[in-house]
Amino acid sequence: MATTAWTHERLEQLRQTRVWRSIFRRGPARTNRTRSLAVFGNLALHVLPVKVREKSLSVRATYYLGSISFFLFVVLTITGILLMFYYHPAVPEAYRDMKDLVFVVSNGVFLRNLHRLAAHAMVVAVFWHMFHVFYRGGYKPPHEFNWVIGVGLLLVTLFLSYTGYLLPWDQLAFWAITVGTNIVSYVPVLGRPIRFMLLGGHIIGQNALLRFYVLHCVILPLAAVVLIAGHFWRIQKDGGLTVRDDHE
Amino acid sequence: MSENNSYEAGLSSDALRQPQRIVFITRKTSAKVKGEVGPQLMSFPHVILREAIAFQILTIALVVVALLWDAPLEQLANPLLTPNPAKAPWYFLGLQELLHYFPPVLAGVLIPTLVILALVVIPYFDVNIEGEPLWAHHRRQRLPIFVGVVAGLIVFLAIYQAWTVLVPTVLLGALGLTPYFNPTSTSRFQRFLGSRPLPWWVMTWFIAVALTLTAVGTFFRGPGWSWVWPWR
Repeated sequence: MATTAWTHERLEQLRQTRVWRSIFRRGPARTNRTRSLAVFGNLALHVLPVKVREKSLSVRATYYLGSISFFLFVVLTITGILLMFYYHPAVPEAYRDMKDLVFVVSNGVFLRNLHRLAAHAMVVAVFWHMFHVFYRGGYKPPHEFNWVIGVGLLLVTLFLSYTGYLLPWDQLAFWAITVGTNIVSYVPVLGRPIRFMLLGGHIIGQNALLRFYVLHCVILPLAAVVLIAGHFWRIQKDGGLTVRDDHE
Repeated sequence: MSENNSYEAGLSSDALRQPQRIVFITRKTSAKVKGEVGPQLMSFPHVILREAIAFQILTIALVVVALLWDAPLEQLANPLLTPNPAKAPWYFLGLQELLHYFPPVLAGVLIPTLVILALVVIPYFDVNIEGEPLWAHHRRQRLPIFVGVVAGLIVFLAIYQAWTVLVPTVLLGALGLTPYFNPTSTSRFQRFLGSRPLPWWVMTWFIAVALTLTAVGTFFRGPGWSWVWPWR
């Protein structure tokens, strides 16, 4: 108990220092004013509402599915960056890198497992989130446009997962992408040009791997970040999450 | 501000009869319209703390599963060795199952495009904003339309012999009719079904079909996309 008091005291002293105050520019978050400042004075948090309805925090209102989708995206970003250190988007080095992850890299298997698991989980979470929002009536005015952003995020999630599927360059990856990109060529008139642009050629080879790699690691994650930021910000602008009167 | 005007308070979601809607006061109404929003909490710390706990639980669950379950890694990609069946990632297997029944332009292009468009327009197309149950009003007029649409769909699917789409469609159609014939049923399930609006039925049908197709494509399809039992 004595150590707790001591820690508290040191923490208070730290909060009084010039450096701390230059960073946070507010007192401890003990009043509603400083708690508000904690949210809108923070670059990452300021897209969120300062106040929320108590009902919208109940587990049954959301099952935290939107948050879980976002957290999975965070986990995927971190594990993805770590995987990039061990990966060459080239044929057949990409496959050798997979073998290296299994046999050479410390915790390589765990890293890859985590990334793959989180990727599948994110697809499930995003779908579930969408259906849940639908059944709660969360798309109704004034939330219409946030629903549309959400559909965009669903597509980005699917493309992220799909482009990542090719990167191990094993039989599973190669043929799954073959099946998928063949569907694209059924689009009337534009099908074959689109497929050519996507693959950088007529077959799935070195060019396709590089394009999927750039899409997977740069373009789609950036698109996701922009859409996620807009999606969160719109919750605040649209007046908070939908809450229902019945039961809860 | 005491001049008389011709405004009237009323409850209507019929866009055709009353196209100029100014304010909705409805049961499942949106946040902005409501006067009473219930008690509020500060986001910091109440939301941040809950999110942090959710993140920790999720991370622990992910780590445990990632330790136990290895990601698959097959042989080096070989364009000359086609596996039978070659399967897309699981979330596209519903689409692949559709391609088995319908012409490629329909299953591979038209249906996915229509699904995405349908999802986008949901909030702008929902004229039944009060969530009025399907069989609440105009029962006599709605019955032939409902039966006609479902029957038309069933005939269309039967022509293409798309059994894995047809089965959930028949089930959901039959389920949708039960509240019509038992409007006074006291069972909880029947009362629940009876209180569902049309968008609920459409979405539930869509989810039922999507889940069935994905499950069939994942577990019940073998060489040449023939039917296999996963436990054999």
